[in-house]
Amino acid sequence: MNLTNLTINQAHQGLIKKQFSANELARGYLDKIKKKDKEICAFLTVTEELALSQAKKIDDLIAKGKEISVLAGIPLAIKDNILVDGVKSTAGSKILQDYIAPYDATVIKKLKQEKVLILGKTNLDEFAMGSSCENSAFKLTKNPCDLSCVPGGSSGGSAAAVASDECICALGSDTGGSIRQPACFCGVVGLKPTYGVVSRYGLIAFASSLDQIGPITKTIEDCQIVFDAIKGKDLLDSTSVENPKIQNTEYKIQNLKIGVPKEYFIKGMDTEVEKVIKSAIKKYEKLGAKIIEISLPHTEYALACYYMISTSEASANLARYDGIRYGYSEAKSEKRKAKNLLDVYLQTREQGFGSEVKRRIMLGTYALSAGYYDAYYKRSQKVRTLIQKDFENAFKRVDVIFCPVSPTPAFKIAEKIADPLKMYLSDIFTISVNLAGLPALSLPVGKVGNLPIGLQIIGKPFDEDKILQTGLIFENLCQK
Amino acid sequence: MITKQETEHIAKLARLGLTKKEIGEFQKELSVILDYFEKLKKADISNVKAFSQSVLLENVMREDEAKKQDLEIVDRLIKAAPDREKRYVKVKSVL
Repeated sequence: MNLTNLTINQAHQGLIKKQFSANELARGYLDKIKKKDKEICAFLTVTEELALSQAKKIDDLIAKGKEISVLAGIPLAIKDNILVDGVKSTAGSKILQDYIAPYDATVIKKLKQEKVLILGKTNLDEFAMGSSCENSAFKLTKNPCDLSCVPGGSSGGSAAAVASDECICALGSDTGGSIRQPACFCGVVGLKPTYGVVSRYGLIAFASSLDQIGPITKTIEDCQIVFDAIKGKDLLDSTSVENPKIQNTEYKIQNLKIGVPKEYFIKGMDTEVEKVIKSAIKKYEKLGAKIIEISLPHTEYALACYYMISTSEASANLARYDGIRYGYSEAKSEKRKAKNLLDVYLQTREQGFGSEVKRRIMLGTYALSAGYYDAYYKRSQKVRTLIQKDFENAFKRVDVIFCPVSPTPAFKIAEKIADPLKMYLSDIFTISVNLAGLPALSLPVGKVGNLPIGLQIIGKPFDEDKILQTGLIFENLCQK
Repeated sequence: MITKQETEHIAKLARLGLTKKEIGEFQKELSVILDYFEKLKKADISNVKAFSQSVLLENVMREDEAKKQDLEIVDRLIKAAPDREKRYVKVKSVL
């Protein structure tokens, strides 16, 4: 029996029917990682001991005839900017290369309560800053669909691990598309929840008003299971909120109004991508959904607005890496001999940060500096309000919004890395959602050659269940 | 276009050591990116309030209390410091 192509429910059934043990399941995936990950390079750390000790506990429970939750024994991979107690958490940065997390992130605590198996930590762009995983200080992750292409980013390791069956599901984080775009590039499902619905405690901060943790999975059903396990208000994250109960009237596709923003189908978009997305939309129309053209008029400002706000917040968040409290330090370097505190700061950060992180700290510092604050940061916060209002207005007329996740399929390794602005533009369809704090799903709906194309389904705040149900319709259609 | 002096000034504000080569590269790259950001000036923001949060509408308050932690956690946090003496974190002189 192939143990490495199961969904959560299939694995759960196998465990409780004793077709295989949690130990066999864990070993199946650990072996797969040993073989496959030489080529994919999705993992930065493999936590074999942790996974096997967790598996033993589950096998003991099953042997005793105890009931186990659906996630018990499910092998999971965790993006390396989410803390797992006692495990190295580098965020893809040299400045944290030897950092051992002293506690569990709230999402990890919740998953451990469900008794998942943690297989390891996955690669990412340094501090989640990037769209290709090429900014990692450690590894170049490949796209399992085409090894000459990037897996997307920043949660590229998580998406590649799921797509290459090195785990059943994974956690990623999404600040401007970092769950959805790699999920799209690798042909798996990714959910960026509403801002605040999942606790960020223990997530290494990039841009605090935008960051959100979410699942990357093979199916919508798996996505829902993981999402339900990690969501909820947390006293340790004051921006977290309880997901309010939404009156879910019976879901009927005939009642569904789908908005398609005209600003998202523009020149410069890959025509093949456009074809795949439009044909997916057609399928919903044929099933009886109403397709309505909408306008999000401030879309053209979103990218600039996003990069101003995210770099500003990053420049403040990354000030903590000072070479004093934890992480890489030049304080005792024989070579450079720091004389005073300022030297320690300058040298530690020069040696510890990679070039994209430095670039963003520079941009953010500039935007927040005296004389430019009003012109850049404050103006961006006002434009952000306009972008949020665009969505509010659109959602008066429609239930969900459909658009592409990315203007192109996965691009080639090294294609965009030399041109930062070109790389930033690859996030054009995902960033508005973070600015407005909305939930959005990336769902594979077709391919161009070997490369998967993702449909983005955006919902109103707290409407995760509705966008997942909407995605499920397509998934069911494909299985028929 | 931002100048070399401005680039060096920003790096200093950011407490970021940069090589001469990096200063030159960032001067060019930041100029290109900031030019693109000029776009924002076209947006009509009259009578628009600055965005503060996406879903929460109120401030979250709590008592400012020190919570006792296990000695083991405290030790782990101290051990994370690169330079230390006994149970103290060492810092180079400020001046």
